[in-house]
Amino acid sequence: MTTQQYKKLLPAISGETRPYWEACKRGELLIQKCQKCGKYQFYPRGFCSHCWANEPPQWVKASGKGKVYTFTVTYQNRSPGYAEEVPYVLALVELEEGVRMFTNILECKPEDVRIGMPVEVVFRKVTDQVTIPYFRPAKA
Amino acid sequence: MDLRRTAAIVGVYEHPTRYAPDKSEQLIIAESIIGALNDAGLEKKDVDALFVAAMPPGITGYGMCDYLNIYPRWVDSTNVGGGSFEFHLSHALTAIAAGRINCAVIAYGSTARSGGVAVGTGGAARWGQARLSPVPDSFEDIYGTTTVGLYAMVAQRHMYEYGTKPEQLAEIAVAMRYHASMNPHAMYRDPITVEDVLSSRIISSPLHLLDCCVISDGGGAVVVASPSLARSTRKKPVWILGVGEGIAHQGGGWRDLLEMAAYQSAPQAFAMAGVTHQDIDMCMIYDSFTITVLLTLENLGFCKRGEGGDFVSGGRLRIDGDLPTNTDGGGLSSNHPGMRGIFLLIEATRQLRGDYAGTPRQTHARRNRAEPPYIALCHGTGGALGSRHSGGTVILARD
Repeated sequence: MTTQQYKKLLPAISGETRPYWEACKRGELLIQKCQKCGKYQFYPRGFCSHCWANEPPQWVKASGKGKVYTFTVTYQNRSPGYAEEVPYVLALVELEEGVRMFTNILECKPEDVRIGMPVEVVFRKVTDQVTIPYFRPAKA
Repeated sequence: MDLRRTAAIVGVYEHPTRYAPDKSEQLIIAESIIGALNDAGLEKKDVDALFVAAMPPGITGYGMCDYLNIYPRWVDSTNVGGGSFEFHLSHALTAIAAGRINCAVIAYGSTARSGGVAVGTGGAARWGQARLSPVPDSFEDIYGTTTVGLYAMVAQRHMYEYGTKPEQLAEIAVAMRYHASMNPHAMYRDPITVEDVLSSRIISSPLHLLDCCVISDGGGAVVVASPSLARSTRKKPVWILGVGEGIAHQGGGWRDLLEMAAYQSAPQAFAMAGVTHQDIDMCMIYDSFTITVLLTLENLGFCKRGEGGDFVSGGRLRIDGDLPTNTDGGGLSSNHPGMRGIFLLIEATRQLRGDYAGTPRQTHARRNRAEPPYIALCHGTGGALGSRHSGGTVILARD
């Protein structure tokens, strides 16, 4: 799939977040853990937002498993790329490590999504430069 | 320092337009300011501070001074979303109490409707820009977030945790529409039922079309004055008793989504005002969506967490109910030009002054009370509940 064909919004990648997006290409979901206070944070930042430590947080590999914290089935979005995909599931997934991230729930019917449902990460290469993490119902 | 009654709202104006394809946002602001000054019996020369916020990409504070051709000694373009104007009132109070200014105008204008801005469902491209910032947009907007979606996710969670029903959210929309039916300027005035709300199409589950605010053009202005100036204005002043500000966000990925900024701002405002919830005669609660009202009432402390569904049932928020709320019809039915916080202050002021004497909108008459409401609470919410938002609480009292 090329950039021309992918009509949805692409992430802008900066030094602060590049390790995350590079890991996605390898099929790994990274989150950050502070070396001083020990807390996880998401979305990634170049510093620990919890304690403002002098040292930047460490990148750690998340298990990729979690559960749906909340969601909505989107029936209307005027933006190109998304308008064609409705209805789609916008969700907040709570990872096993505790932090929550926005995502879409794929590989299931929107009406089957429930809060608390176990999910696992799945990666989709959308351009040569960008691979995006999504979630799907966890395999039993 | 006791800030109670150190500043007053002395003039208000709600622009009557709901569709103004031939006006600029700046002109709507200017017309609103002139209207509010007329209401107060004040003139351009009296104004020494300008507070203004606008929709992105937006006009600036200094740009607006250029357009208005004024040289104020205080400019504040704090923009924390739709509730910016409650923050402005808080800041104006502080500036007046400190003796820095005597007369502030707070103003807003927008052509969101005639400009074709899909405020709630346009996604990240609704302002025309499609380039995301590395953080946090690139971790959110890529998944197709919309404003309504970010509120819908909170409604879904509330239903999960507390069994809140779509029928209970619908009651809020029904009450707002009932109020709008008495407002000749309201965008939608035909009464609706709970069934009408539930049978309207789903925009983003569990929110229906009629759970969502309208998109209009419009604007308004509020004049805030020092006590000495307030004594010489045309109408009775409406005093600021208390203000509070708060921000809620994801907290690094951990925050409880049902705890709003209001949970932080309301205790500040009540403490400053020295009043309790029992003293509040009416409310103006930012109603971008029905869930916004329900959750705000909980976070303000009018009911316990999780009890919002029961609280809004049975017509409690109607003008003839126990807690008249959004007596102008709110954003759900009257107007919502992208940001709505200014109208909370305007309608509360009109009710406290008894401006609606002899009409069905006269709150106290509908409740068989001899006098207009004495104390009103306004709470503005800006941003999106599901990601990050602001909350400004204001408690006002008549003279």
